[in-house]
Amino acid sequence: MFPLRLHDVRFQPNGRMVLDGIELELGGEGITLVLGPNGAGKSVLLRTICGLLEPTGGQIDWGGGARPHLGVMMVFQHPMMLRAPVLENVALALKPHGVPRIERRRRAARMLDRVGLLARASDSARLLSGGEQQRLALARAWVTAPRLLLLDEPTASLDPSATAEVERIVREIRTDGTRIVMTTHNLGQATRLGDDVVFMSAGRVREHASVQRFFARPASDEARLFIQGELPWRMNF
Amino acid sequence: MYGLAATFSDAFALLATFDHRAVEIVSLSLQVSGSAVILGTLLGLPLGACLAVGRFPGRSAALVVINGLMGAPSVVVGVVVYLILSRSGPLGELGMLYTPAAMVAAQTLLVVPLMAAIARQIIDDTWQRYAEEFRAMRFTWLQSVTTLLYDCRHSLLVAVLAGLGRAMSEVGAVMIVGGNIDHATRVMTTAIALETSKGDLPLAIALGIVLVAVILVLNAAAFAMRAWAMRRYG
Repeated sequence: MFPLRLHDVRFQPNGRMVLDGIELELGGEGITLVLGPNGAGKSVLLRTICGLLEPTGGQIDWGGGARPHLGVMMVFQHPMMLRAPVLENVALALKPHGVPRIERRRRAARMLDRVGLLARASDSARLLSGGEQQRLALARAWVTAPRLLLLDEPTASLDPSATAEVERIVREIRTDGTRIVMTTHNLGQATRLGDDVVFMSAGRVREHASVQRFFARPASDEARLFIQGELPWRMNF
Repeated sequence: MYGLAATFSDAFALLATFDHRAVEIVSLSLQVSGSAVILGTLLGLPLGACLAVGRFPGRSAALVVINGLMGAPSVVVGVVVYLILSRSGPLGELGMLYTPAAMVAAQTLLVVPLMAAIARQIIDDTWQRYAEEFRAMRFTWLQSVTTLLYDCRHSLLVAVLAGLGRAMSEVGAVMIVGGNIDHATRVMTTAIALETSKGDLPLAIALGIVLVAVILVLNAAAFAMRAWAMRRYG
């Protein structure tokens, strides 16, 4: 699966360029933070890697092989919650893996324990708080032991305490050997979690660097303005 | 005025004494319509889910047909089933015509499109919200359909109730394929039509009261169930 290489990947629905020749290489370890202003194409990039969107051009090379059927998971900003107990919502993800029902429930319970939701296993998932729902979504992805986990702004609407809990879980998932690519607008979170940063704007990757280097010496004026919070909206470079 | 009051009084007396004719007719009605709704649920809800999730050539045409058949006149459905089950029809050898089984078949044919169309609408709305996540989890088409049916189970009660209402209230199809035979295929709607034409209004009114009461009780039960589900599952 790794290194995952994107070469000249474009996504242009109805003539509007959303991804404009993405060049990116991701190794098999660590957490990559995708940063950039609204509309930069961050979420679309994640959906394209996940296979939810078919690129209109370019190539995605999965370590020399085909796209793996399983092993790539994605957690969304507003994860869906079935009208069912928390445990069922986590066990759900193991259905495509052919895991028997009893074993699905056993693994789901173990995962709920790791994200601190075991006590709420029989509660309705829809009645959880936003932070708990996001932890559930992480457990749902984690239970499948993915090689690559894509996180689309998982802490966008959470308070600092819930954000810290999600970050703890993300670190644990990484320690388990899962490669993580995550979008965020939270620069503090990028420094806390990230090994490297991909900076995007206007559908292009402008910079791919280690977190330390990106924040200490951004290579482009655009990245510097973004870090300083001065990037004008809809800026054209 | 006195005549109307006396008629209602006689109707209530029939109900209070569990008049054997009324009991027999109500019992057969519930068996026939209940069976049709069970079959309609087993066929119509999965069909609606498949139409919501599936993307296949001819899907739009299938949707138009299903939506169109929702309002199919029951007498037309009755004639179609009659032709199929008549002695010279493709299933004539089964000898089903003028039996409760034929009535179940006709009512099933009536309720399946209605239940499928309502189920499709309900499931389609949910599918729009879940589709990306199901695809990200690599759900198969069948896994998506079964999970959506489970998730929408409380909302789908509406489709089941609509089917039940349609089955219990229709008269044309069961009259044609059942024949309204006393002690054999006489159900509430056909009995009401017959007794009214004969002038035996107390029995017609008694059956009408039962018919309305059954539908009201089932709707109330479904409403309570949905309210409980909303509190329990959000």
